[in-house]
Amino acid sequence: MFQLTFNVIIPISLIIIAMIVGTILERRHFASIREREDKFAYLPTFTGKQYPTDKAVAHCQVFCGSCVVSIDYFKRLLAHLRMIFGGELNAYGSLLDRARREAVLRLKEQCPEADLIVSLRIETSSISKGSYGRIGSTEILAYGTAIKFAN
Amino acid sequence: MIVTNIETVPGKTITTHFGIVSGSTVRAKHAGRDIMAGLKNIVGGELKGYTELLVDSRTQATERMIAQAEELGANAIVNVRYSTSSVTQGASEIYVYGTAVSVE
Repeated sequence: MFQLTFNVIIPISLIIIAMIVGTILERRHFASIREREDKFAYLPTFTGKQYPTDKAVAHCQVFCGSCVVSIDYFKRLLAHLRMIFGGELNAYGSLLDRARREAVLRLKEQCPEADLIVSLRIETSSISKGSYGRIGSTEILAYGTAIKFAN
Repeated sequence: MIVTNIETVPGKTITTHFGIVSGSTVRAKHAGRDIMAGLKNIVGGELKGYTELLVDSRTQATERMIAQAEELGANAIVNVRYSTSSVTQGASEIYVYGTAVSVE
């Protein structure tokens, strides 16, 4: 009986908790991301290095925004199932999409009075590999140069 | 100190070039944070403890780079790049490098 509890009931309940809580958290996070993206719609962001040279530049500085995310138990199960047949892992895709948008928003939140962000770079690095029994977590770093024009 | 990640400093001209400056730091996560992250890992999402840790180490690496540039007599650093690599399980290295210049 004890063994049954330990081997079956605990993992299954963890997966169910992860599915419910994870889904709610993800939905809430996406809603907050969309809201803040609308707020920062006035701040143009480019990956290129060009900036308008006809205006005088008052200030410029590099800013970073970052976010560390990890996969939940339910998504990990989905991923394991997907690995049997191959194909796109939507569970991981939406997690990384969320993290990237969050990192860019954090970058913008540090320089709300900027007029332009140029040379935006987004980097992904895994800070601990998802080996067995370990946390697979990924860091997304966004950095770019914020420019403020003199007016 | 002006720090940019483009080749120039907008609105200023580069007069002297001092070569590459860099700063790095290797940080490990402490056990308490690791346990909290392990719990958080059940439901997934952001691991705030790790985010803070990496933000702190990035600030420190940048400060080291700026100190190096100040020693050379530069007043700006251009073309700054950040990179993160995991050296061993549970520790990551933050490396930041750029070109020290003097602008007017």
